[in-house]
Amino acid sequence: MYPENLRYSKEHEWVRLEDDTATIGITDHAQEELGDIVYVDLPKAGTTVEQGKALGTVESVKAVSEIFSPVTGEVLEINPALADAPEKLNEDPHGEAWLLKVRLKGAPPLDQLMTAAEYESFIGEEKK
Amino acid sequence: MAAATPLRATALHSVHLVLRAKMVDFGGWDMPLQYSGILQEHRAVRASVGLFDVSHMGEIEIRGPEAGALTDFVTTNHARKLHTGQAQYSGLLYPHGGFVDDILVHKVAGDHYFLCVNAANQEKDCEHIRSQNRFDARVDLTSDAYTQLAIQGPNALATLQQLTALELASFRYYWFRDGEVAGVPARIARTGYTGEDGFEIYIPPAESERIWNELLRAGAAFDIKPCGLGARNTLRLEAGFALYGHEIDASISPLEAGLGSFVKFDKGEFVGREALLRQKENGVTRALAGFEVRGRAIARDGCEVCLHGAPAGWVTSGSPSPSLDKNIGLCYLPAKSLSGPGRPIQILIRNQLVDAVTAPTPFYKRPR
Repeated sequence: MYPENLRYSKEHEWVRLEDDTATIGITDHAQEELGDIVYVDLPKAGTTVEQGKALGTVESVKAVSEIFSPVTGEVLEINPALADAPEKLNEDPHGEAWLLKVRLKGAPPLDQLMTAAEYESFIGEEKK
Repeated sequence: MAAATPLRATALHSVHLVLRAKMVDFGGWDMPLQYSGILQEHRAVRASVGLFDVSHMGEIEIRGPEAGALTDFVTTNHARKLHTGQAQYSGLLYPHGGFVDDILVHKVAGDHYFLCVNAANQEKDCEHIRSQNRFDARVDLTSDAYTQLAIQGPNALATLQQLTALELASFRYYWFRDGEVAGVPARIARTGYTGEDGFEIYIPPAESERIWNELLRAGAAFDIKPCGLGARNTLRLEAGFALYGHEIDASISPLEAGLGSFVKFDKGEFVGREALLRQKENGVTRALAGFEVRGRAIARDGCEVCLHGAPAGWVTSGSPSPSLDKNIGLCYLPAKSLSGPGRPIQILIRNQLVDAVTAPTPFYKRPR
């Protein structure tokens, strides 16, 4: 379910680290909790995002939820497919429906991110 | 405080869990928010048929020689003009003109009125009616005797018809009859809260699981979907129906809520009449209006509404409209600012003023 090559935050975002670039998305658990996603609001390229701070929002029919940045850095690119097809976040949250790419500033905060196994046990605990 | 009170459950609670519904605390009830997804469920009701467990709704029964007089006295609509087998939407008001609740009144017989009331209000409603009872009539809260199911959508009739001998096509809108569904005594009403054709049935809780499953089987050819409160809310909002706690509450009168057509001043004395008459003479200061947001932002309940940038009102309900593919809502605004639809307004959504425009309601009308 949760890919091994991703790292996960307590706020239910995932990060894929490649050199100094981090690709960020929301987890399957997050999309499941939100329900039908109808709108995604993301920062423009060039904006600085900060670890632990809200970088944008995801809205479902029922609710709005903030996206917290799992890393600090500068936005390189946002996923252009989501503006017209936000429902992709329900269908393929760990793949096609990535949110944005960030150029890392400093080392990634690996001590604050979970492995797939750790994240699965984390959401298991949260459900109890 | 909330954590200490266990949630109430309907007779179908375990069925919802088996169907893997996402559950939500709705006014103290553990209810299905969605099964397959709000959008899918919403579209099933608009295009074909959906099945809702709405057993959290309460039932109050008024019986006795003066049951009609008491019902008429505590409600705003003309209860005594109802025929046996007819239902009407009505308001239950405090003397100051604010809502105790909005309800459906069914006339079962001259000495028997059956009220369908909101879940969280049922005890309060019952006490209120009793407090106004100077008639030869008895008021009973009988919610535990009923499971209420709503079968809604253009194929609701064809679905339910398979389980009853009553000729459903002969039911007029807002009329009901007592009969059987799948061999079980049932009150069947051509009513609903979705803006579609449909029926609401009241059945014994002990039989509810079997009838729920038989309805799903009967509707399988129409691709029937179990629907939760999420779709119920988007459907009712598109249809422009008020929801207690949002468009109406103790501080809001029916005249402000745009429900004046359900207030019959000419029927004689009723609780709240004096206050409403004064309000009618002086004119209301605020009024409910529909709106559409320009752009992609979604106004949510409680957002501030501004006119020329200054605070002027609040959003009572806001949501994406799955049928119209727009972001819609209802809000209160100063009555004098509303000269009809098309007025530009601004809504404060997460600290940003977003442009919107007032719009006529209902947002959605079913094709006939």
